[in-house]
Amino acid sequence: MFGQLLAQHFVHTALWAGAVVAIVSGAIGVFVVARGMSFAVHAISELGFTGAAGALVIGVDPVLGMLGGSLLVGLVLGLLSLRGRERDSAIGAVLAFGLGIGVLFLSLYQGYATEATNLLFGSIVGVSGAQLRDLVIVGAVVLAGLAALYRPLYFSSVDPEIAAARGVPLRALSVAIFLLLALTTAEAIQVVGVLLVLTLVITPAAAALRLTGRPALALLLSVAIALVSTEGGILLSLAKPWPTSFFISALSFAAYVAARVADWSRGRQKRSSSSLARRVVTGAG
Amino acid sequence: MSVVVVEDLALRFGERTLFDGLDFELERGELLAVLGPNGTGKTSLIRILLGLLEPSAGRVMVEGCPPRERCHRIGYVPQQRVFDRDLVLRGRDLVRFGLDGHRWGFGRFGAEDRSRVDAVLAEVGATPYADAPVGRLSGGEQQRLRVAQALVADPVLILADEPLLSLDLAHQRGVVELLDARRESAGTPVVFVTHDVNPVLHSVDRVLYLAPPAAPQAPRSSGRASPALPATLAASSWAIGKPEEVLTSDTLSRLYGTDVDVLRVRGRIVVVGTPDDQHVHHVENGH
Repeated sequence: MFGQLLAQHFVHTALWAGAVVAIVSGAIGVFVVARGMSFAVHAISELGFTGAAGALVIGVDPVLGMLGGSLLVGLVLGLLSLRGRERDSAIGAVLAFGLGIGVLFLSLYQGYATEATNLLFGSIVGVSGAQLRDLVIVGAVVLAGLAALYRPLYFSSVDPEIAAARGVPLRALSVAIFLLLALTTAEAIQVVGVLLVLTLVITPAAAALRLTGRPALALLLSVAIALVSTEGGILLSLAKPWPTSFFISALSFAAYVAARVADWSRGRQKRSSSSLARRVVTGAG
Repeated sequence: MSVVVVEDLALRFGERTLFDGLDFELERGELLAVLGPNGTGKTSLIRILLGLLEPSAGRVMVEGCPPRERCHRIGYVPQQRVFDRDLVLRGRDLVRFGLDGHRWGFGRFGAEDRSRVDAVLAEVGATPYADAPVGRLSGGEQQRLRVAQALVADPVLILADEPLLSLDLAHQRGVVELLDARRESAGTPVVFVTHDVNPVLHSVDRVLYLAPPAAPQAPRSSGRASPALPATLAASSWAIGKPEEVLTSDTLSRLYGTDVDVLRVRGRIVVVGTPDDQHVHHVENGH
């Protein structure tokens, strides 16, 4: 049964789509976590949902509506380039209103409720060949953007004051990262759904950042964790007919917990070995 | 040619004039200490020199160009801001930002760049902790890395804004020595903003003292409401010159418009009697 499914064309398409989305999400996640933008990811994906619901109402491809919704929110948040608490509360306010509109759109929509459920919880096995091609194009745009912005983005994430002094355009970068994030979110929604975008954009990066102190390595690890979780999740859902999104979120969360445990035990080891060293030194003296 | 030329510089925020008519030049190898109480525009002056803030009047040239055109060759050491403990960034990554953090792309980090970063890390004595996450380092270690970051691009000018704040005495001395070494080896001039001149007293060539307006200042809230007040409140007064010329009872009394005493106690300078108690406070509390 499992072998038969694996030979199916739609399974191959799903695996490729999952791989594209995982690579893009894992890569941008490192910057999202470093800049403290986790809540913004949530807002962008929920408003992507509002856009998609709006598109359903007027009879347009929901993916286009989703892209429009998340890009619009990304642009606004990027232009505001707020910091800290003010950003959190602004995002919260916009998010709540946007979701309200989404609920209204859904009640106006007369079609099948499955489409809405798919948006909320993902439908990786429903990805068509044409959709896969779009995923690849958008994913390539995001990766190219990240590669081009890599250094100034990292610089301004950890040290905005000095970066500005050295001529890094902070506001333009903020808009750029939000737009790239909006594109990524619109991709990830198609695999894991609106409610679980964080499981690909935040969790793998958060785990990776626990495992290493080297920025470039963290990026690779984050991509690897996202890839393993997504592909593993898709394969597991073939073996057992539970939702793919559940398996993906379970795997990435397991990686996160493991990373935290590893980080914690390493910290303990270091502390105990240094106190041992101190004892030896005083003992010798 | 002077490295920095400041001509007739003025800075106003609304009705408030922080300073005006500011004129000075900075020669190679010079260390200019910018002193004065809070709110007189010390940090704003640094931001103008970086090209991040547009002055209300006058102009600033660094090596004959507007600061923005030279910003990749201006080393900037800010107030110590402690990094997040979990930040994924090694000391050497922080230093590398000073070299190419503003450039697009991943960048090829060639052997030449690597050895440049290594050399600067060694220069500031940060080699032992160069590969540790910066968030786990002490304030003094982080500040050494910041100096290394400012030095790595071979700067023509170094701007330091309260770089010694919250460092202990040994680390304060260490940072000042690093800047002195750079002035000696490369002739890079340094503008050093500080509220306490004592840690840099032996290195200072000239002092720029910014004092608050001498005239009794109207409370700011009523300043806006009442149309009877003059359009601009009095500007800060300022004086520039050798420390022994500026840091005297006469000069500071003239700047503040009130009796101020400058005492020299055990090789340290203590200013007593300024309207802002804070300055004295800082000097006494410094240690």
